[in-house]
Amino acid sequence: MTAPQTLAIDVRGLAKQFGDKRVVDGIDIAVPQGEVWGFLGPNGSGKTTTIRMLCGLLKPDAGEGTCLGHDFRRESEAIKRKTGYMTQHFSFWTDLSIRENLEFTARIYRLPDRRKMVDEALDRLGLGGRQHQLAGGLSGGWKQRMALAACMLHRPDLLLLDEPTAGVDPKARRDFWDQIHALSDEGLTVLVSTHYMDEAERCDRIVYINVGRIVARGTVADVIAQSGLATFVIEGTNARELAPHLRGLDGVESVAFFGAALHVSGHDAHKLETALAPLHSRDGLSVQRARPSLEDVFIQLQQESRGEA
Amino acid sequence: MRFSLLRVRAILIKEYIQMRRDRLTLAMIVGVPVMQLFLFGFAINLDPKHLPTALTIEDPGAFSDSITAGLMNSDYFRVVRQTRSPAEARRLLDRGTVSFVVNIPANFSRDLVRGASPTILLEADATDPASGSRAVGAFQGLIENALRDDLKGPLAARAAASPAFQVAVHERYNPESNTQYNVVPGLLGVILTMTLVLMTSMAVTRERERGTYENLLAMPVRPLEIMTGKIAPYVIVGLIQSALILVAAKIVFAVPMLGSLTLLSGALLLFITANLAVGYTFSTVAKSQLQAMQMMVFFLLPSILLSGFVFPFRGMPGWAQALGEIMPITHFLRIVRGVMLKANGFADVWPQFWPLALFTAAAGALALARFRRTLD
Repeated sequence: MTAPQTLAIDVRGLAKQFGDKRVVDGIDIAVPQGEVWGFLGPNGSGKTTTIRMLCGLLKPDAGEGTCLGHDFRRESEAIKRKTGYMTQHFSFWTDLSIRENLEFTARIYRLPDRRKMVDEALDRLGLGGRQHQLAGGLSGGWKQRMALAACMLHRPDLLLLDEPTAGVDPKARRDFWDQIHALSDEGLTVLVSTHYMDEAERCDRIVYINVGRIVARGTVADVIAQSGLATFVIEGTNARELAPHLRGLDGVESVAFFGAALHVSGHDAHKLETALAPLHSRDGLSVQRARPSLEDVFIQLQQESRGEA
Repeated sequence: MRFSLLRVRAILIKEYIQMRRDRLTLAMIVGVPVMQLFLFGFAINLDPKHLPTALTIEDPGAFSDSITAGLMNSDYFRVVRQTRSPAEARRLLDRGTVSFVVNIPANFSRDLVRGASPTILLEADATDPASGSRAVGAFQGLIENALRDDLKGPLAARAAASPAFQVAVHERYNPESNTQYNVVPGLLGVILTMTLVLMTSMAVTRERERGTYENLLAMPVRPLEIMTGKIAPYVIVGLIQSALILVAAKIVFAVPMLGSLTLLSGALLLFITANLAVGYTFSTVAKSQLQAMQMMVFFLLPSILLSGFVFPFRGMPGWAQALGEIMPITHFLRIVRGVMLKANGFADVWPQFWPLALFTAAAGALALARFRRTLD
């Protein structure tokens, strides 16, 4: 470990209730400056609510801490000036062109050299050729590029991205992540929520929340190791047809399809092995222990917390 | 595919469910008309009575006492001021404090006794010719009745040798009783209210419906900055509308413009801002553009009906007049008619100016208080 890192986000005990539903229930997050953190969890687990509280769009019921060194409850104005927030749904003005949206944003942040900064942002994201197109007519990938360009325009220190790549094709997603990593190399801190496992694996650390609580955190390897999960991959003739049969077996906690293969997971590796032993003798079927994927872990986590609830 | 009643039914059920979900809209569809029916049903009166009247008596005596008593007992005239100075009475009429001035000229008694048939003058504020016409019609009979007892005995011969006196009516400010003089400036107010409130009533609602509100809130921008920026362009729109209407009033309808155009422009600017502030306040409250529309209509109807535009203001009961006094258009109409038809100066319209300014400030403050800085 090096000297204590500066924390871009350092909040404790974050809580928010809508009606009698506790959407966020005691979340602590400490993101060191310059890291990219992934924020994962099933739909409705409280990711968006947490992000909105961090940038002052929702009033937290409880919690304390700082964002970029400012009290996140009382100094949201200062935080807003240094933060870029990309909403889950496209929230720029569809009846303005790309350039007009960027210029509007630049004016609100009172950026000097507005024209130059907008030009640069357009070039950086390859939007130059489309700058006069109305934002409403863009496809998902282009909209997302534009939104990223707009929320990066004022050179924020912190980027909060709420499912930025939902509905975006793989190429555009990869470009997007290249951008994020390039920016984080320059010292930008990023908190990004996502449902994609490959994106989670691109993060320095991940936080997995469910029903408003953090249930796992750390690097991808940490999270997989912490889960204590054992996974067997079954491949071969008619492997998929085995699924209903396997689900009832002792030691089998989840069965998931991965293409033609099945991932069978459980916490007790020994029991699992015993349960699957009879399959070894079958023709054309291979059963092999494998490292659980992040998805196996997440599905497991989701099932566990559902059991508790 | 053939027309299918089952599919019609599917759509119908879906619409019904959606309508039922939107409780506020439904409540307004049902509640507002009922409320307005009662409100306007009781407020509107086409035969205004007890109209404020100033009495100038340049010849005190038994006859003028009888006339005073007669006016005071009448249904149509309510004497609010007695004065000896015609200039003061004129000022009251100019400012709209009174609708009528009754003048009993000097030497009225002497001329009456001599049989010289003196003239009682009724000056009527004819900027709204309809509202005072019944009172004017009743005036002659009323004076005759008032003097009947005095013209008995030795003066009976005078009563018989009619006319013992004459009544002259001066329709001031609008001698030809041209209703367009009243209607066209009034329309200026109504058109501005209708269009301007509508324009800003969507301002914040539209951002909310399109989801751009979240983006706006995430930016470092203050509610006052948003409000000012959203209202300002429509001030220009309102001024252009006003210019068009005023030019048409002059050229097409030949409405006179006796007062100061600068003063009128100042009043217009204030009135335009007041309406935009109302619209903006609605937009901070309304959840959908449909609701914003309903609120606009809810504001527009009393603006038309209780302001003195369509129905005589002084015909309404006290509570309805109080309600009318709140509406910006009520004060604006008095200013426009005052400036255009009566050549009112700033001192004359000041009593209408400050309520307008107060209303604008209050609407703006309410909008800012209602503006949500968060998505809670």
